[in-house]
Amino acid sequence: MSEPKIACRNLWKLYGSDPAGFLKRQGGSPSIETIRAEGYIPAVRDVSFEVMPGEILVVMGLSGSGKSTLLRCLARLIEPTSGEVMFEGRDILAATERELIDLRRHKMGMVFQHFALLPHRTVLDNVAFPLQVRGTDRQKREARAREVIELVGLKGREGYYPRELSGGQQQRVGIARSLAVGPDVWFLDEPFSALDPLIRREMQDEFLRLQQVLNKTIVFITHDFDEAIRVADRIAIMKDGVVEQLGTAEELVTCPATPYVAEFTRNVSHDRLLSVRSVMAPASSRAPDAAAVHAQALLATVARQVLSSERPVDVIDDGGALVGTLSRASLIDALYGKEQCA
Amino acid sequence: MSAATLIRPEEMETQKPLASMTKPLLVIMPFAILLLAASLLPDWAVQVPKGWTIPFVDWANTVVDHLRDDAIFGLFSFRDLTRGIAELITWPLAFVEGLLVAGFPKLGVAAMPWVMTTGLSGVLGWYLKDWRLGLLAAGCVAYMAIFGKWELSMITLSVVLVAAPIAGLIGFGIGILAVKKQWFEALVVPLLNVLQSLPHFSYLIPIAVFIGVGHKAGTIATVIFAIPPMARLTILGLKGVAEEVREAGKMAGCTRFQTLWMVEIPSARQPLLVGVNQVIMQCLAMVVIASFVGARGLGHDLLFRLQALKIGQALESGVAIVLMAITLDQLSRAAAHKEPSHVAPDATLIERFPFLAASLAVVAASLLLAAITPYAQAWPSEFAISTAPFWDALVDWVTLTLYDPLQYLRNAMLLYVLIPIRDLFQSIPWTAMVALVAAAGWSLGGLRLALTVSGFVLFIAFAGYWERSLITAYMVTVAVLLCIMIGLPIGIWASRNERRTGIVKLLCDTFQTFPSFIYLIPVIMLFKVGDVAAISAIIIYAMIPIVRYTIFGLRNVPQEIVEAGITSGCTRRQLLWNIRMSLAFPEIMLGINQTIMFALFMVIIAAFIGTKDIGQEIFRALTFNDAGKGLVLGLCVAFMGLTADQLITAWATKRKQRLGIAA
Repeated sequence: MSEPKIACRNLWKLYGSDPAGFLKRQGGSPSIETIRAEGYIPAVRDVSFEVMPGEILVVMGLSGSGKSTLLRCLARLIEPTSGEVMFEGRDILAATERELIDLRRHKMGMVFQHFALLPHRTVLDNVAFPLQVRGTDRQKREARAREVIELVGLKGREGYYPRELSGGQQQRVGIARSLAVGPDVWFLDEPFSALDPLIRREMQDEFLRLQQVLNKTIVFITHDFDEAIRVADRIAIMKDGVVEQLGTAEELVTCPATPYVAEFTRNVSHDRLLSVRSVMAPASSRAPDAAAVHAQALLATVARQVLSSERPVDVIDDGGALVGTLSRASLIDALYGKEQCA
Repeated sequence: MSAATLIRPEEMETQKPLASMTKPLLVIMPFAILLLAASLLPDWAVQVPKGWTIPFVDWANTVVDHLRDDAIFGLFSFRDLTRGIAELITWPLAFVEGLLVAGFPKLGVAAMPWVMTTGLSGVLGWYLKDWRLGLLAAGCVAYMAIFGKWELSMITLSVVLVAAPIAGLIGFGIGILAVKKQWFEALVVPLLNVLQSLPHFSYLIPIAVFIGVGHKAGTIATVIFAIPPMARLTILGLKGVAEEVREAGKMAGCTRFQTLWMVEIPSARQPLLVGVNQVIMQCLAMVVIASFVGARGLGHDLLFRLQALKIGQALESGVAIVLMAITLDQLSRAAAHKEPSHVAPDATLIERFPFLAASLAVVAASLLLAAITPYAQAWPSEFAISTAPFWDALVDWVTLTLYDPLQYLRNAMLLYVLIPIRDLFQSIPWTAMVALVAAAGWSLGGLRLALTVSGFVLFIAFAGYWERSLITAYMVTVAVLLCIMIGLPIGIWASRNERRTGIVKLLCDTFQTFPSFIYLIPVIMLFKVGDVAAISAIIIYAMIPIVRYTIFGLRNVPQEIVEAGITSGCTRRQLLWNIRMSLAFPEIMLGINQTIMFALFMVIIAAFIGTKDIGQEIFRALTFNDAGKGLVLGLCVAFMGLTADQLITAWATKRKQRLGIAA
C-alpha cells in the first residue's frame, strides 16, 4: 500500500483567550464539558485520519460541527491549536510562509461554498489567476485556463464577468480555477450547497465525471448526507468537532457506531446504497445461471428479480464468473432490519 | 406586547413593571435632584469656578508656538516644512487650473475651450451611466459658461480635482495600514472619530498659522478635511471583503502583497469608490468654507456677497455651487456603481474603448470649433446671462410680502420658545450634566462608557467655555427636537409606498450634496441674522438624516412580522406604532444621532450669522489666528457630538441585539 497523501493526527482547534496553554494544562485532551466550562469554543477535537492517493474522503456534519474548520486546518488557512498535518509525508504545520505558498501554487486546489470569485476579473482571468500569481507568462496561462474552462464546460464564456453568470456557472469557474495549477490534492468546501437541488445534482455528476478523468486526492465537505453517499469513497461524520465515525457509506448505514450516526443514516433507503456484493452469500465455483445478477448492482435494481425467484439468484463479477448467491431472505434482512455488524 | 417579548419570551416572567421603570429613573434621578436643588448647591457645583479652568488653550498654544517658532529639524524649521509641503501643491494646482481656465501663457497654450470641457463631461456621464447623466453633466458645465460663472467655477473645480486625489490616496494609505497593523488601527480609529466630529473651522485655524492664508492654504485645508472619510471607508471596505475570497487568494498561492493588491483591494472596489465620492463631496464642501482663509473660486464669491448682504447675487453663486455639487456627486456615484460587462470577442476598437473613442472625437471637434469661432473657446462675457436680477426681485418680493409674518414668527419663537429654553439650559448645574451623562453611560455600556462620556463632558467643563457650550447645546437641542417633529412624519409618510420613498430619497440625496454653507443663504433672506436664523439653517440641513433613517428603518422591517401583525388583526395605526415603529426605532435613533452631528456642524457655521455660542468663539479664534483656542474649542464641539454618538450607538446596538435584527 502506498503512503497516504494527507494525514492528520490528534488535530485540535479551540477558540478562546489562550487555547494552546489551556490544552497543555488539561494534558492534551480535555472533555467537551471542561472546554465549554472554561469558556473555550471547540471547533476540532482530536481528529486523526488518512487520505490515500486518488481517494475521495467526504467530511459530513451539520453547521457548527467543525467540518469547515477541519478543512481549513488541513490547508493551513487556519492554524490548528495542536496536532499534526502531514502532506505527502511532510509536516505542513512546520512549513515556512514561502514553502506554504509554493505548496499552494503547485499542489493544492480549493473550491468554496460561495464561489469566492474575483468580481473584477473575467472568467478567463479568474481561472488564470493562480497561474498569474505564480508568475506564468500571459500566453501560457491563458492557454492553460482555456483548457480547464473547456473541461468544466464553459467554453465561449471566457470574456464574461462572474456577475453575468448563473450560480452553477460561477461554481464551474471556481472549479476551473482550483484545477488550473493541476493540483494533486483537491479541497472542496460545500461546493454545491449554495446551488438549487436540480443544479446540485447536475454538478455532482459533473464532479464525478471530472474525478474519473483527473483522479485527484479529494477532501470534500458537505452537510448533505445524500451528497456524501453519491460522491464518497469514505465518509467521516463530525459532531461538536469530533469524528463520530469514519467508514464507507455501507458501513455507516449498516453499522452506525453512535446513535448520532444512526440518526443520520436511518432514513437512507438501503436498496439504493447497498450493492449485491455487500449482502450476498459466498458460493462454490460452478457455471453461473443465465439469469445471474451483477455483483456491483444496487439492491434496488435487482430486488424485483430476487424476490420473485424461488431459489437464491446467482451473482457474477465483471468477468462473468460466479462470486456468490443472493437469497430472498438475505435481501429482506438487508433492507428491513437485522443488522449484520461484525 | 412589544416585539422584544415576542422573540424572547423568557424575559416576560422576570420583567416586572417596576423593574422596567427603575433603570431610566436611576439615570435621570441624580440629574433631576441636582437640577431642582440648584439653588441650594454651593456655587462651585453650579458654575464651573474660574480658578478650576485647566489651561488647555495655553498648553496647545505653547505647542503651536514651539512648532511655529523654535522647532528645527536640521536645516529647516517646522514651519519651513509645512510651507514647503504647501508649496508642492501649487504645481498640480497651477497645472489643472491652466488646463481648465487660465491657460499656459508662457507656452502660448490656451486653456481648454468651454465646449471641450462641456463635451468631455457629457461623455464621462454617458460612459459611467447613460446619456441622461451625460446630458446633466454637460448641461451643468455649460451653465457655468453661459451664466458667467466660468472662471470662478473652474477654479473651484480645479481645487477639487487636485485635492480629492491627494486626500483620497492619503486616506487610502491610512486605511490599508490600519487594516494590516492592529496597533495602528487602535491608534487611528479614535483619532478619526474626533477628526470627523471637528467643525470645519477648526481645520482652518492651524492651517492659517502654519501655512498662512491664500488659495494654497485653502487647498491644503481641503485636502486634510477630506482624508478621514476615505480612511474610514477604506477600513470598512477592506474588512468587508468576504473571508472566502481572501482564502481563495491564499489558496491560489498569493503572497501577502498579492493578496492585498490583487484580491482584497479589487474586491473592495465599490466601497472604495463610495469613499472617493465622499472625498469629492467633502472637498467641495470644504473649498467653499476655505474661502475664509482665502481660497478663491465660487465659495469666495459667495462669502463676499453674503458679507455685503447682496442676497440676490449670493443666490446666483449658490446655484452654481449646487449644480456643481450635483454633477460631481452623480458622476462619482455612477462610477461607484458601474459594473464591468463582457465585450464580444469580435468587437471593433471603438466598441472596446468607447470612452476613449468618444473623448477623442469631442477633443477633435471642439478644437476645430475653437479654431473656427472664438465663441467656442470662451463664452463671450457680453452674452453672459446674469440671474441676479431675477433673484434680487425674488428677495425683494419675499421681504415685502413676508416681512410681517416672518417677523412675527421670529419674535414669537424667540420669546416663547428659544429664550425660555436657553435660560433653562443655563441654569443646569455642570455637576448635574456630568451626573446625567455618567449615569446614562453606565446604564447603557457599563463603567467604560460612563468614564469615556463623562470624561468628554469634564473636558468641556474645565476648558473654560462651559457657558458658551451650553448655548451651543441649547441650540442643537432645539434644532434636533424640531428636526424630529418635522422629519419623523415626513419619513413615515414617505415610507408608505415605493413612489414616495423614491421622491423623498432623491430630495435627500440632492440636498445632502449641497455644501452646508449654502443653507445660510435662504435663511438670511428670510430671518436676517440671530438665533432664529441659525436654528432654521440647522433644521434644514440636519433634517436629512432623520428622514433618511426613518424611511430606511421602516422599510426594512421584516415583511413576515408585518404580515403577522396584519393577520393578528392590527389596524393600520396599530401596525405602524406597535410593529413597524418599535422595530424601526433603533434605526431611527441612529438617524437622530446623525442629525445631532449634522446640527453641530451647522451650528458652528451659523456663527457667520451672529450666534453667541462656541462657534462665535471659534470664529474669533480664526480672526486672531489663535490656533490653541481654535483647537480646544473644536474639541469641545467634537466631544459634545461624540458624547451623544457614543450613548446613542450603544443604546441602538443593544436594542437591535434584543430585537434580533442585525448584529
